[in-house]
Amino acid sequence: MNEQDARAAVRQAIGQVAPDVDLDEEAETARLRQDLELDSLDFLRLIETIAQTTGVDTPERDYAQVGTVKGLIDYVAAHGRGAGE
Amino acid sequence: MGEFRMPALGADMEQGKLIEWLVKPGDYVHRGDMVAVIDTDKADIDVESFEEGVVAELLVEVGTTVPVGGVLARITQTPAAGVAPAGRTAPVPVPVPAPVPVPAAATSGSVSPPVRRLAHSLGIDTGDLHGTGRNGAVTRADVEAAARASAPAPAPEKPDADRVRSSPRARRVAGELGVDLAAVSGTGLKGAITETDVRRSASAEVGTSAVAGTSAEAEPAAVTEPPVTEPPVTKPPVTEPAAEPPIPAPADRAESLRRAIGTLMTRSKREIPHYYLSTTLDLGAALAWMAEVNQARPISARLVPAALLLKAAALAAKEVPEVNGFFTDETFRPSRAVHLGVAVALRRGGLVAPAIHDADTLPVEVLMDQLRDLVGRARAGRLQRAEMADPTITVTNLGDLGVESVFGVIYPPQVALVGLGRVLEQPFARNGLIGVRPAVTATLSADHRVSDGLRGGRFLARMEELLQKPEEL
Repeated sequence: MNEQDARAAVRQAIGQVAPDVDLDEEAETARLRQDLELDSLDFLRLIETIAQTTGVDTPERDYAQVGTVKGLIDYVAAHGRGAGE
Repeated sequence: MGEFRMPALGADMEQGKLIEWLVKPGDYVHRGDMVAVIDTDKADIDVESFEEGVVAELLVEVGTTVPVGGVLARITQTPAAGVAPAGRTAPVPVPVPAPVPVPAAATSGSVSPPVRRLAHSLGIDTGDLHGTGRNGAVTRADVEAAARASAPAPAPEKPDADRVRSSPRARRVAGELGVDLAAVSGTGLKGAITETDVRRSASAEVGTSAVAGTSAEAEPAAVTEPPVTEPPVTKPPVTEPAAEPPIPAPADRAESLRRAIGTLMTRSKREIPHYYLSTTLDLGAALAWMAEVNQARPISARLVPAALLLKAAALAAKEVPEVNGFFTDETFRPSRAVHLGVAVALRRGGLVAPAIHDADTLPVEVLMDQLRDLVGRARAGRLQRAEMADPTITVTNLGDLGVESVFGVIYPPQVALVGLGRVLEQPFARNGLIGVRPAVTATLSADHRVSDGLRGGRFLARMEELLQKPEEL
């Protein structure tokens, strides 16, 4: 998956979980928990939404890699369908 | 003849506003069937019937504020006994609380946490700002513009004609359900978007898009056709806005929630002689077990540490009855059931603490599902009466957002509050060796009129023991 598609999927998912956050205003270095104040249930719903839209399943051991908006976009881009094609 | 009355939805509630009837005259209701939706300071609450029978008459119009105990409807035991001829029972046509175009200055939209932080750092009160972002949200630009105090007030980014007409409640609900108002077709006055329009749009989306099973899905009741959506038949042109009762703007709910919390916590601190205990819970076994079971599960079935901690707290509360129950009329009444209140922080500020019923009896997986459902609905502002009224002990879990420990204030008339901090890797010593383990600081605030530190300590010690055998939770 290219970065642009990954970014769109991540932004859409964050929009669903935290509709009050305007990502146009946030740097992509924003941390999901500390800066966007997503709790563990929000986070679970976020990666669940992403899994449904992109097919990217984030196993628990990779949670540390997806702590920021950018980290999540990169992760989805690297693991999404079509990666390496 | 039964009466359906305004319930007390919490120790501090004095009145509530009827915002929707879920039944109509002639409907048969069982005990427990949802009858009406009441707007309180904390959320919109679905209230069930305590009677079985036929709804004979709805006595209160939508939009009316009624004191606790006020009669809202009559319910008769047999159909023959009570239902008057249809012409009489139909509620008097009510002037529909049509969405009032709110002056822009009066609307203060939502404020996301990052923007709130920026505003705080610049010394700006976001309550005074007119949000120009999505759904009236206050943006960084708004805050920065306000910070340039000498500059003129920020101009709206769009001409007014482009603004979607919508009620404040509709905007709030849209924000919570993630619905874009521009995509909703309004059925209200002059095409204004009503709350029902938003909810219908949200539930339509659920069918096709990938909304996770929380807020939007959890509200099928709201999709049923309430009479409110019908535009008023013929109304005089809207030249008399004074005739319309103002609908509370989102900011009002946040303010009234803050006041309600303040009142209740003041009462708690005045009346309850709190004592506080703290201990460290070793989560090594619990988290290792959780990681293992999560590995084989789809994301939707994965557990979070909070689910294990809540289950342990519920089981411990069952074993230490002095922390589980109500203190009323100078008497402690322990509760046989453990209805575990879960403090849920709302993203716009404030918190509610609805219950997971019989939490001690639920398998961890079921408790996890119920936790996700409850938190989703609490954040969407829609809960059920029993969830608000029944908690016998409450847990607050601030750990997700970083603090190590929290010493909470007890919710009267409950007698204990459990605080959970952040899961941390901590050094520890065993058999003369130093190691590292994940751990969490658990605290207990408890009522000295009911228990002493020894029993309170027993509660925390049981939590620790239970967490060492997570597979048995």
